[in-house]
Amino acid sequence: MAHIPAEKHTPLILTVEGVTKTFDGFKAINDLNFYLREGELRTVIGPNGAGKSTFMDLITARTKPDEGYLTFHKDNGEDVDLTKVREHQISQLGIGRKFQNPTVYRSHTVYENLRLSLSGDRGLLGSLFYRESRADRDKIHDVLDTIRLSDNKDDLAGALSHGQKQWLEIGMLLAQDPRIMLVDEPAAGMSDEETERTGELLLSLEGKHSLIVIEHDMEFVRQIARRVTVLHQGHVLKEGDFDFVKSDPEVIEVYLGRQTRKH
Amino acid sequence: MNFFDSKIELRGFILATVVLVFAIPMMNAFFTEGSFFHVSSFQLALWGKYVTYAVLAMSLNVLWGYTGLLCLCQSLFFALGAYAFGMYLVLHIGIDEVYHTRLPVFMDFQGYTELPWYWAPFEYGPFAVIAAVVIPGLVAFIFGILVFRSRIKGVYFSIITQALTYALMLLFFKNNLELFGQSFILFGGNNGLNDFKEIFGADVDAESTQRWLFVASALLMLSVYLLIAWVLKTKFGRVQQAIRDSENRIRFSGYSTTTYKLLTFTCCAMIAGAAGALYVPQVGGINANEMTPAKSLDVVVWVAFGGRGTKFGPILGAVVVSLLKSYFLRAYPDSWLIILGLLFMVTVLFMPNGLVGLPKQLKPLWNRLRSGRALTETSTNPAS
Repeated sequence: MAHIPAEKHTPLILTVEGVTKTFDGFKAINDLNFYLREGELRTVIGPNGAGKSTFMDLITARTKPDEGYLTFHKDNGEDVDLTKVREHQISQLGIGRKFQNPTVYRSHTVYENLRLSLSGDRGLLGSLFYRESRADRDKIHDVLDTIRLSDNKDDLAGALSHGQKQWLEIGMLLAQDPRIMLVDEPAAGMSDEETERTGELLLSLEGKHSLIVIEHDMEFVRQIARRVTVLHQGHVLKEGDFDFVKSDPEVIEVYLGRQTRKH
Repeated sequence: MNFFDSKIELRGFILATVVLVFAIPMMNAFFTEGSFFHVSSFQLALWGKYVTYAVLAMSLNVLWGYTGLLCLCQSLFFALGAYAFGMYLVLHIGIDEVYHTRLPVFMDFQGYTELPWYWAPFEYGPFAVIAAVVIPGLVAFIFGILVFRSRIKGVYFSIITQALTYALMLLFFKNNLELFGQSFILFGGNNGLNDFKEIFGADVDAESTQRWLFVASALLMLSVYLLIAWVLKTKFGRVQQAIRDSENRIRFSGYSTTTYKLLTFTCCAMIAGAAGALYVPQVGGINANEMTPAKSLDVVVWVAFGGRGTKFGPILGAVVVSLLKSYFLRAYPDSWLIILGLLFMVTVLFMPNGLVGLPKQLKPLWNRLRSGRALTETSTNPAS
C-alpha cells in the first residue's frame, strides 16, 4: 500500500484509490493507490507491462476502471470523478497528456500547433469565428520561449527533428494551462543533449504544474527524479526518492536488477 | 474577411466568375451558330454537368483531403439530391399522351390512381429544392452519429460508407417496398425518373432554361469554393486538418472530434445533394445506376487525380477526367475502365499531389535539367 506523501501543507490534486482494470482476464492494474500533490513532479517507472500506459489511460478517461476511484481535485475545492468524464472533456478540467510517440499536427506550423492547443472555446461556432487576441499571441510566444522553438515558429511541425517534436508536444500541453501534465517517455529516441534539455524543461515546470513523468531511461530519471513511484504488475511496489528506490532490493529484483544483469 | 491565399487566386476566382456566369451564357445566347464565339446548347449542358461534378468532387475533397475521411458514399448523396428534385420534375410532366394519366407512368402501371402521401409534397417546387439538400444531410447526420460515435475510422469508415451506398442502391432499384404489411411505391426502379417537361413553369429543354441552370450550377460551385476557402482560414479548418493528421492528439486537446466530423460530413452531404439537384434537369434523368459504388469511386479518382487537399485540384480533376472519359468512350469504348484504373495508379504512384501539385513536383527536375545543360555548355566551350 502506497503511503500519502509527507508534505501535508500542499493539497492533493489527484487521488487514485483501489483501482483495478482487467483486460481479457489479465489484471493490467491491480488495486492501485496513487496520490499526487499540487506542483509535484512525480516520476513513474516500472518494467514493461507494469501497467504504466493503462494507468495514464485511466486518468485521461480513455479506459474506465472495473473498480476503484479516480478523483481530480479542482482548485475551487470541487472533486471530479474521472470515471464519469468524456475523453475530450479531460483537457478542459486541466489534465494534459503527451503521448509516447510525438504526435503533432504535421501539416500545421509550430505556431498553429500551439494556437490550436490554447485553452478556450472548443465548440463548432467558437472555432468558426475565433480571432486571435493579444493575450493568445503573448501566451504562444511564452510557450515558444519555454520550449526553445521561437526560431522554428513558422516551420511545419512535420519538418521538425524528433526531439523538437517532443518539445512541441510538451508546449502544446503548456498552452492548455494544465494543472496536471502526463508525460509519457519524453526522452525516448533523443540524443544525450536533447535528453538533458528535456530534463531541464520538465524541472522548470515543477511547481507551476503537477507532472507525472513515465520514463525508462534511468539516467534521465536520475536527472529529474524527485519522488519516484515504481509500478509492478499493476501495483505500486515502492515509492520514495530516487536513491531510496534505487537501493531497494525488491525494486532491483523486478526492474533495475534485470537491467544490470543485461550489462 | 480574407478568403484567398494569394492575389493570383483572387484574380483566378474573379476570372472564373466572369467566364462562367456571364461570358459563356452570353456566348450561347447572343452569338448565332457558326460564329466563332458561339457556344452550342449541347456544349453548355455538357459543361453544366461537369460543373456539378466539380461541386461533388469539392465536397469529397473536404472530407477526404482536409479531414482524412475517405467517404465512399458521396455519389449516393449526389443521387439523393438528384432524386429529390427529380421527383418534382417527374410530377410536372403533365398528362401522358399514351396512357392519359397525370401520375408518373410507373405509378400508373402499378395501378395507382392518386399520388401517395409521401410523394405529394414534392409537387411543390420549393419543397423539393429544400428536400434535395436536407434529405442527404439528414441521412448523413443519422449515419454519421452511428459511425463517428462508435469511433469507426480509416478503412473501416470507407467500407461502411460503401456498404451504405450499396444498400440504398438496391433499394432504389426496386419498384415497391413492402413494409409493415403495406406496399410503398418507390422511385421508378430500373428506369428511374426521366422524360421531364417543365421546371418552375418553364420548358426544361429550352435554351434559356438550360442557360439559367448552367448559371445556377456555376454560382453553386463558386459559392462552395468561397465557403471552403473561408472555412480553411478559420480555426475550424485547422481542427479538421488536425483530425486528419492526429485525431488522438486533437481529442486530448479538448476538441470533440465526433462533433467536428459529424458537422463536416453532414455539410458535405448537403453540398453533394445540391449539386445533384442541379445535375438532374441538365442531364434529363436520374436512375439507380448513379448510385452504384463505382460512381463514388469515380469521385475519389477525380479528387486524387486533380490534387487531394487543394482547393482547385478537385475541380480540375473532375473536369479533366470527365473530358477524358467522354473522349475515350467514343474512341475506344471498351478500354475506358482500364484507362481509368491506369490513371489512378499513375496518380497514386507518381503524382501524390495530383495535377495541381505537378509543377512543384517537377521543378527540381527542371532545375537539374537546366543546370545540367548549363554545365555541359560551359564544359564543351573551348574558351573556358
